[in-house]
Amino acid sequence: MPEGAPKIRLSCVVNGTSVTCEAYPMARLLDVLREELNLTGTKEGCGEGECGACAIEMDGTLVNSCLVPALQAQGAKIRTIEGVACGGSLHAVQQAFITHGGAQCGICTPGMILAAVNLLARFPQPSDAQIRDGLSGNLCRCTGYMKIFESVVAAVRDTETRA
Amino acid sequence: MRAFLPAYELETPRDLAAAVSRMASEPGVWRAFAGGTDLMVLLEAGKLPHKKFLNIWDLAELRGIAVSSEYVTLGALTTYAEVRRHEILAREFPLLCRAAAETGSVATQNRGTLGGNIANASPAADSPPALLIYDAEIEIVSAGGARWVPYTSFHTGYKKMNLQAGELIRSIRLARSRGAWKQYFRKVGTRRAQAISKICFAGAGRVEAGRIAEVRIAMGSVAPTVLRAVRAEELLLGQRPEDAAVLLAAQDALGAEIAPIDDMRSTGRYRRNVARNLLAEFLEVLAS
Repeated sequence: MPEGAPKIRLSCVVNGTSVTCEAYPMARLLDVLREELNLTGTKEGCGEGECGACAIEMDGTLVNSCLVPALQAQGAKIRTIEGVACGGSLHAVQQAFITHGGAQCGICTPGMILAAVNLLARFPQPSDAQIRDGLSGNLCRCTGYMKIFESVVAAVRDTETRA
Repeated sequence: MRAFLPAYELETPRDLAAAVSRMASEPGVWRAFAGGTDLMVLLEAGKLPHKKFLNIWDLAELRGIAVSSEYVTLGALTTYAEVRRHEILAREFPLLCRAAAETGSVATQNRGTLGGNIANASPAADSPPALLIYDAEIEIVSAGGARWVPYTSFHTGYKKMNLQAGELIRSIRLARSRGAWKQYFRKVGTRRAQAISKICFAGAGRVEAGRIAEVRIAMGSVAPTVLRAVRAEELLLGQRPEDAAVLLAAQDALGAEIAPIDDMRSTGRYRRNVARNLLAEFLEVLAS
């Protein structure tokens, strides 16, 4: 290629750890996470921002990592599904998904859990409508959604009980 | 086929001045790249012909919502999420907040920007009908300075707009003072969340002594550009909103102003029928 972009040196904080890797500036953050950083928990579904399987948190906001170019992750704080559990204990949302059958085949689960965790950070006591809105960007072809919805409701209840 | 990544350049300018100066030095070569919710989709599909982009996402000069006594001015990088949670916008410009809430999902709303929604120039975009209703003005900057243009005349054809090489949308402003309107917004898509519009309808108006004293109608996905249905508006002025004959005449006028097509999302015939029905629903809101 006579013209074009060389790879950039990308430094960001992923799940609390500073990482550096090389990537083309327009490479999808999804691919950087999976292929350069070996964090394969983040899944690719549609690759066009419709399904939410690749959802992660970037600087505290939920984004679809298939639509973020690597350059825009420079210096960002990123959380993927690998960073949701704290030490050996699962996040209340993760535990609720297990208890209430919120996960079946598992492809949508990492994005679904990130969307739910992000929702609870914004609305610790979400209404039913807020839960539906918060999860509306994540598609699931197994559960019919009700078990996922119920898992989030249960996670809110369990968090309250423990607090 | 996926894109060949080494062919794409994405550079971060230091500030807005550096961005427009870069765009001026090589006219047409560098284009703006903001939240990526449109451009990354094209890239992944191998359908992004342009290769050189300036990453404007971090430019502070394009961010923020400023409120004065006269205007609410939104930086071009204002996201749908920011529009959705802004209290003054929710109170005074509810159609814009409704459009923001119904565009994409939370993740898209965190990255998609108003400036991008305008510059992408899709006739199916959801915030433009609201912007038309509110007589939005757009501030365009280049190395040569800044100019304000009315949004009404901004889109000149399918994916064509009044934006030259080297120009960038800096902000969008909405005048605050106006009468107490009844406002109506309805987006019709394949499903409630995350759909691209089959048709999007925004309306606002005021009834005095039983007659329509002011009325505005704007639509998306029914023509090569988003549009104001000015003939239907003219016909409705001074009429009673519950008058069945007036509704029929206005529906016919509206039908003559739009040119919906068959595409992957819907048919022209369906869109035409829905446009008529939404006008009826809007008049019910005005009459209520």
